[in-house]
Formats: sequence, structure tokens, C-alpha cells
Amino acid sequence: MNHNPDSPTPRPGAAFWAVLRREFAGYFRTPLAYVFLAVFNAFAISLAFFIGNIYEAGVASLDRFFLYHPWLWAFLAPAAGARLWAEERRQGTLELLLTWPVTVWEAALGKFFAAWLFLGSALLITLPMAFTVCYLGDPDVGVIVSGYVGSFLCAGACLGIAAIASALTRSQVIAFVTGFLACFVLVLVGYGVFDELLSGAFATGTVDEIRRLGLWRNLEPFTLGLIDLRPTAYFLTVAFAGLGLSTLIVERR
Amino acid sequence: MALIEVSQLQKSYGAIHAVKNVSFSVDRGEVVGFLGPNGAGKSTTMKLLTGYLRPDAGTAVVAGFDVVENPVAAKAHLGYSPEGAPAYGEMTVREFLRFAAELRGLANPAQRVADTLKLCRLEEVAGQSVDTLSKGYRMRVGFAQAVIHDPAVLILDEPTDGLDPNQKFEVRRILKDMAARKAVIVSTHILEEIDELCTRVIVIAQGEVRCDESKERFLQRGADLNQVFRKLTA
Repeated sequence: MNHNPDSPTPRPGAAFWAVLRREFAGYFRTPLAYVFLAVFNAFAISLAFFIGNIYEAGVASLDRFFLYHPWLWAFLAPAAGARLWAEERRQGTLELLLTWPVTVWEAALGKFFAAWLFLGSALLITLPMAFTVCYLGDPDVGVIVSGYVGSFLCAGACLGIAAIASALTRSQVIAFVTGFLACFVLVLVGYGVFDELLSGAFATGTVDEIRRLGLWRNLEPFTLGLIDLRPTAYFLTVAFAGLGLSTLIVERR
Repeated sequence: MALIEVSQLQKSYGAIHAVKNVSFSVDRGEVVGFLGPNGAGKSTTMKLLTGYLRPDAGTAVVAGFDVVENPVAAKAHLGYSPEGAPAYGEMTVREFLRFAAELRGLANPAQRVADTLKLCRLEEVAGQSVDTLSKGYRMRVGFAQAVIHDPAVLILDEPTDGLDPNQKFEVRRILKDMAARKAVIVSTHILEEIDELCTRVIVIAQGEVRCDESKERFLQRGADLNQVFRKLTA
């Protein structure tokens, strides 16, 4: 073995990319990834067809397809995000990772983006939906693209919440359940039934403000072809606040 | 300057003073045996020294870099295998070492992995996932990731724990081969290991250094090392 008494400080970014690659490939090392991708696709497509009646509507548009994405991400982002830190704690590898020459933030960013890319790959596999709509009719491609952008951002927001849940426990099951419940609340906010409940307790103006915090309310403009600053900022804020908070939790260990 | 400088290190978990005012230094070529009862503060001292935990007070300097002020530089010169040699179980041995090499930004990671597999005699299990390995191999994988970058400072928490005599011999052999060029700290419960492996002994009990001396002096304390140990840690 070559002797290298003064092993150099690694170049910046090496650790980030190494973590990102490991984490992304990690999803495919277990059957989880394939189950996940299959479940996401099956639900995304069957919800659009059977509940959203996307075909019967006779309009060449994917808004009825994206309508259910907050539900899907609320369930599946915590499923993919549960392992982020919980698995490191359970295996004892957190002690290894954090005594390697990497900052917690670099490791956290690598993990987060790997998980987000994984969710993005699930979304990419639904592209045949878009092609089908293009084949059957003459949709506005820009609207479809903005729908995908919105859905991807929505996934990031749910992942941010999942990251916090994962940083708090060594059990992936607990991380998943708490992450799902938190996302579920954000899905409910903005739905009719939930609004009625809120109207009983708060003034109309307040209810409106609360509704703005729901996932669907923020995704809706994207499905109409609008990439607005406000919902974009909302999703990114939730995503990066989750990333930041989870990293602080890990750093405090 | 010594490769490891620990000065007045302190750490509490709530009301428990796990480490009270621990100071020592280790030079290149020294292999320090860390002895002490369970819960004495050995592992906590190692966790502080490797930057996993933050000390409440005091400093730890590795290869000239303070682990709190300059953690990434300190950790680049450090190889550490925590107790139980944790590793990413779903990865193969080769993938795991490759990840360690890439994260450390080593030049020519494939060559480093090949060299390390050979050095630690892991070649025959290189394609197996870590989860499927026997304890002996797992411990060696933990050791392998700690030496892949040929660090100046090597810290091993019970590297021979649970190994059979042949496996223990093997780990000691590898360690002795590289010890002359490094500052090494090895925690152990096996008192016989002192004579085989170490050049110096530090006994820790109740979070304090009870004894810090050369192996020769330590062995002169008595013929029955168990008794010596009991007396020192009482």
C-alpha cells in the first residue's frame, strides 16, 4: 500500500457527490425502489383514470392526473425519505459517516438530493401519460411541463418533512408514519371538508390564509400552466426548511 | 509535535460525567492500549477525539488540526472504526470501500480499494454484501475502511472484540505491520493484547486517566494483569 502520511484534505464537493451517488444507488440495492416505482405509477395512473375520469372528460390535459399527486407524495415521499437518517442510526453508520471528512451539511445535501432525484425518477416514468395525451389530442405542452415541475417541487416539500421525521428516530417505520401524518395534514388543508371544519373555528380571512398552506392549493397553478413565484417559493421553503431542520437535529446528536 | 494531543477533555451526558479532564498525547510509532471497565469513558474519549461528539471543554488535536475548529482536515488524517465496526450492510465489501475512498476524495480509488482488500485479506468476500459476512470479516471491513487512506492517526474501538484466536492474530498482525508509521489507539478488554500489540498503556476509569505509562512499566506492576487492572480501576 502506498504510504501517504499526510493524506490531503479532500477536494470540496467530493464527499457530496459520493454521498449522493451512494444514496441514489442505495434505493436500487433493495427491492424497495422497484416496489416504490411500481406503486407510484399504478396509483398515479389509476387515480387519474378511475377517480379523475381523465379519459371520459375528453380534454387533452393532465390536470386530473396531477390533481392526486399531493396524496401520492404525502404517502410515498415519507416512504422514500424514512431511511435518510433513521437507517444510519440503526446501523450505527452515522458515527462512521460523521467521522469521515465530510460536514453534516454536505452529507445532508447529498442524501436529500439523492432522495429527491429518486422521487423525480418515479415521476419521469409516468411520462407515457403525457405522450398518450399528446397522441390522443392536442394538449398545451407548456401546461404539461409546468405540471411536472409543480409535482416535482411538491415531492421536495414532502421530502423535507420526511427528512425531519427520519432525523428524529432510528426506526424507519416511525419515521414513515410520522412523516406521512405531517404530510397528510398538509394535503387536507385546502380540501372542502377540512375547510368547513376550520370555518367553524376561525374567521373567513384566517381560513383563507391557512388554505394557502395546503399542498394542493400550491400545486394547482402549476397544473394550469402557471409557474408562479409564490407556490414555487412555498414548496422550496418547506423542502429546504425540512432539510435544514433535519440537519440541525443530526448535528446536535 | 505529537500526532494526537488531547488536553483537558470533558464531556457530560446530563448528570453523568463520562469524561473528566482527560489529557494525553500520542506520537508516531506508538500503539496505545486503552484499558478500562465498561462505561469508564473509553468510547466517549474516542468519540470526542474523532469529532463525532463535541467536548464540553478541552481540546483534541489530530495531526495538527483541532477536531472542533477544523474537523474536515482533522478527519482526513484520521482512520476510525467505532465499536462493533458498523458498515452499510446492503453494500458489498468492494462497494463500501469504494464509497469510503470516493468520499475521502482519494486519487485512484479503484487501486486503493484493491490494495486495501489485499492488505486486510478481504479479496474472497469482496463481492459479498456486508450483512452476509461473519463477525470476523465484518470487523476486518471496519478496519479496512479505517486504513484505506493510510491515515497518520488510527483509532480502533475494540477491533478484536468477538473474534476467534486466529482472527485476533490476523488483525494484530496487520496492525503491527503499519504501526511504526502511525499513532494508534486501540481500546480493548483483553489484557494479554497489551503485551502483543501495544507500546504504551492508558487506563481510564470513571472518566479519568488512572495510569499512562510504557508497556514495560505497566507489565512490571504485577504478574497477574487482572489484579493490576482491578486495583487501578477501583
